[in-house]
This record gives sequence, C-alpha cells and structure tokens, in this order.
Amino acid sequence: MATKIKNFFKKIFSGFFNNRKDIKLGFYGPPNAGKTSLANRICKDFTGEEIGSVSKIPHETRNVQFKEKVEITYKGKSMTFKMVDTPGITTKVDYEEFLKYRVNKRDAKIRAKEATQGIIESIKWLDDMDVVAVVLDATENPYNQVNITIIGNLVARKIPVLIVANKADLRKANIKKIEESFPEYPVIGLSAKYGKNLDEFYDQIFKLAKKAK
Amino acid sequence: MATKKRVNQGKSGKKIKGFAIQFMPYSEIKNLNSVDRIKKILEIVFSNSILLLQGRLKPEEETRLIEDTMAMIGYVKDFKGIELAVINPQEKGNALDRMKSNLVVRLSGTDLGAMTIIGPASIVREIKQDPRKIELFLNK
Repeated sequence: MATKIKNFFKKIFSGFFNNRKDIKLGFYGPPNAGKTSLANRICKDFTGEEIGSVSKIPHETRNVQFKEKVEITYKGKSMTFKMVDTPGITTKVDYEEFLKYRVNKRDAKIRAKEATQGIIESIKWLDDMDVVAVVLDATENPYNQVNITIIGNLVARKIPVLIVANKADLRKANIKKIEESFPEYPVIGLSAKYGKNLDEFYDQIFKLAKKAK
Repeated sequence: MATKKRVNQGKSGKKIKGFAIQFMPYSEIKNLNSVDRIKKILEIVFSNSILLLQGRLKPEEETRLIEDTMAMIGYVKDFKGIELAVINPQEKGNALDRMKSNLVVRLSGTDLGAMTIIGPASIVREIKQDPRKIELFLNK
C-alpha cells in the first residue's frame, strides 16, 4: 500500500517537473538482421547523426551503443527516447566464419572474442529496456531458438515487444512467415536500408511506449 | 547414451573422437538451481555429446546458458558454441485443457511434453525447426 502511494506521488510530481526519464528503446535480434541500420535511420532522421557503423561481416556491432535524447515526432506527437543498439545474439561464434570475408586470422580471432563479450553485454542490458524492437531478417527462417529465447525473456520481464521484419525490400522476404511464427506479437515489415514503412514502426513504438513501466 | 559415431570436424580437418546422444529426464535437474543446471548441461556438451533434455529451461536459464557458452568460447579448446532448439507441441485445447496443462507444469516444474536439444556447434552444424518439427544437421 505504501509503495502504491509512493508511486502515485512520484508520478504526479514527475509530471509537474517534467522529470520523466527518456524511454529506453532497445534493438535486439540475431547478427546481420539490420539492428544498427534501423537505429541509424531513426537517429539520422531525428538528430542528424548515426549510432554506429554497419557491415556485411557479421558481428560488426560488438558493444552496446547509445544515442541519448532522440526526440521522435510523428503525427504531431513527440516522445524522447534513449536508443540502445545491441550486438546480435547467437549461440555460436566461430572465427573461421570471418575468414570468408577476407579478414585475416588474427583480426578474425579478435573479432570473435569481442563478439562473445558483446553477446553477454546484450543479454545483461535486457533488464534495463522499456520497449524492445526485435529486428529479424525477413529473408531468414524466423523460427529459431535464439529469437524465441529473446522474446521469451522480454515477455517474462513484461517489456513490450515489437517484431520488425527487416529487409522487406528483398524478393526473398517473407513477412507472413514471421507473423505466423510469432502470432501473439505485433509484426511490421520495413526496409531500414531504404527507409520504407517507418511510419508504421513509429506508430507501433508510440503505442508500446505508453504501455512501458 | 544411445549412439556413438565417428565424424570429421569439418573445415579444420581435425577428427572428433566420437560423439554421444544422451537423453536426460527432467527429474535429473529438477532439484538443481539454475547455475548448477547450466553447469551440468555444459559438462555434457563439452564431452562432445548431444543432449536431449526432457522439458525445457526457463527463459532466463536459456539466456544464462548463452552467456556461459559465450564466456567459454576461447577458453575451452576448439569450443565454438552450441546449437540449441526446443520443440514444444502445445495443443490448443479448451480452457479446461489449458488449466490442466498449467497445473501439470506447476507440479513438475516444466512442460514435460517439450524437448530441448543442445549440442556442441563443432558437431551440430544447424538445427532447423518449426513449431512441430526439428531437423538436426551434423558437420560432415
């Protein structure tokens, strides 16, 4: 009861003094799904700056990256987010995979080590998110255990989830399959590369941000 | 242990001495805490075995398994991670069926109809899954 009263007053006073913290919007998903591309697109549109570099080589993002005070304005409404772009989560990292991209052996081993640390960091950050966009590559089979595990953890933590079917511009993209795999969650198809269908993304994020704790 | 087989490790050309497929009933880990459950699972994986675990881990245990796996890459020789999949053929029954199923899960600690497959990535190349089927592809 005391906590409820405390929370009530906290809500009232934070409203008075405009003290609401920025909504932490996390970008999670497997490697090379386009998390950084999407975060870059949004950051560039609203702040003029990008959040991180992108590459065809998997595990380009090996540290959690942030962009504070990203004020997104959509249909006359405005919300301020802290964007959190995370390294792609997977259950295996083999440095030999990077050799295919003409990375030398020494650098491939360093990249693999950093990638494993990045995955651990990504998982640690799950607790701190207010809303999460799970970014999937719409050309890949969505029904794999890493995706299910990420979503299961978000649900267990009561964090609102939006599933983004990225690379919708590609012919092989199958958004319906993603919808069928995760029927309980909102799914939107978009292309971070070409900025297609971002309006629907903002619409969903604004709705979910209101549900956030 | 059900099967033992000789295989190659693939690209590296190193021979794997053999691998086993090990079935574990959930009762084996039911009374362990999460840390010990993960430890037990990883010990099996490090011994070049593919584990078929009755039931499934909690979501936070699955992420813990991924974290511990990542921490071990680079420390355990030739260890490149794991392949993980859960098959959970949930029946869409009426409210009474769901209540019964939830009660069983509460009593047993897991969904005993589910099956978790965990194998070392050096042996299991890929696991393809859909809600009702799992296909295991091994390294040649």
